[in-house]
Amino acid sequence: MSVPLTMLGLLEREPSHGYELKRDYDAYFGRGKPLPFGQVYATLARLARDGMVVAGEAEPGAGPERKRYVITEAGATEVETWLAEPAEPEPHLQTVLFAKVVLALMLGRPADRYLDVQRAAHLARMRQLTEVKRSDGLLDVLRADYGLFHLEADLRWIDTTAARLDALAKEVRG
Amino acid sequence: MTASRPGAQASAQSLIEARDVVKSFGQTPALRGASVAVARGEILAVMGPSGSGKSTLLHCLAGIFTPDGGEIWFDGRRLDTLGEAERTKLRRTAFGFVFQFGQLVPELSIADNIALPLLLNRVRRKDAYEKAARWLDRLELGDLGGRRTGELSGGQAQRVALARALVMQPQVLFADEPTGSLDSLTGEMVMDLIVSLAREEETTVVVVTHEARVAACADREILVRDGMVFDPQAAGVGR
Repeated sequence: MSVPLTMLGLLEREPSHGYELKRDYDAYFGRGKPLPFGQVYATLARLARDGMVVAGEAEPGAGPERKRYVITEAGATEVETWLAEPAEPEPHLQTVLFAKVVLALMLGRPADRYLDVQRAAHLARMRQLTEVKRSDGLLDVLRADYGLFHLEADLRWIDTTAARLDALAKEVRG
Repeated sequence: MTASRPGAQASAQSLIEARDVVKSFGQTPALRGASVAVARGEILAVMGPSGSGKSTLLHCLAGIFTPDGGEIWFDGRRLDTLGEAERTKLRRTAFGFVFQFGQLVPELSIADNIALPLLLNRVRRKDAYEKAARWLDRLELGDLGGRRTGELSGGQAQRVALARALVMQPQVLFADEPTGSLDSLTGEMVMDLIVSLAREEETTVVVVTHEARVAACADREILVRDGMVFDPQAAGVGR
């Protein structure tokens, strides 16, 4: 999963300190694998270097971790592009898709539209694999089948999630 | 998707087309402005959740249901304004149907089932049974002609249903969940047959399915949700 883009998405929701970002990231996306503080600050430094965020003044009496980070226009555009672009349809995409859906709902973006685009990208890839099955030997058929069944599982997740978006939106927006 | 253009001819490339179709059952809306155009020779998959309206869309395109609003065009003419007799004739001659459960006539033999559409269209009995026998051979069912439908496996029954649907050489084959009651491998074989026969016969196919692997056999897919059509190609994605 893309940690920098997910953090950027959380910053679009509201300007945050590094520790707040880590707390929210771990709550929504960490799932038993908390983000190390070192990675949080290294990522924020890279995002600031690339013009995606700006760090506010250090707050009185505090160290560098007491800076509040604000997303820039370029950063918001980066988030929008990432959310709207379908991920490469390979099996085991769940974590990326999960992050995109949750962030889109948090930010009031059209999560249903993103899921439609992703589902179309998945089906386009499945059509390619189906074509492979029509023209190649049985070994290639078996390989294509492996991909097809996994992409189909992704699609079931996409469809189920699309049907639950309203309830999910209430949960992530509190 | 194509916007409604009352009075206009069907799109040049499309064989069958729904324009802004509205259909309700009592107080329950099934289609709320659904539009889709299917090109001649194209294989289109119609996907969507249960109750989304995808089967209703197929039934409207096939002239089985009459829309409450909007238009259905087939081969350059309005279908939804035709009288029942004309639509029945069209369904018998220009359209073929395959459903989830073969819906074969259990009292008749396999050969009778396949010959039935020809006999209903007043083809001579001898010719009808010769043609049915050719289709049985083509679908590798040659030695089953004299059996009853109850003796067939699910996959064999769907192959017979496919032969019955195609024996009149229809312009459009409508298939509603044709693999829905079959296991993965048998379903794949039936879908491969639909695709290869449609290509050979130059038949346009509209297949309703909730299975992504079935939809992936089609040239493209549309998604019906809440009675409306999302067309990824028209939206510029999925290609």
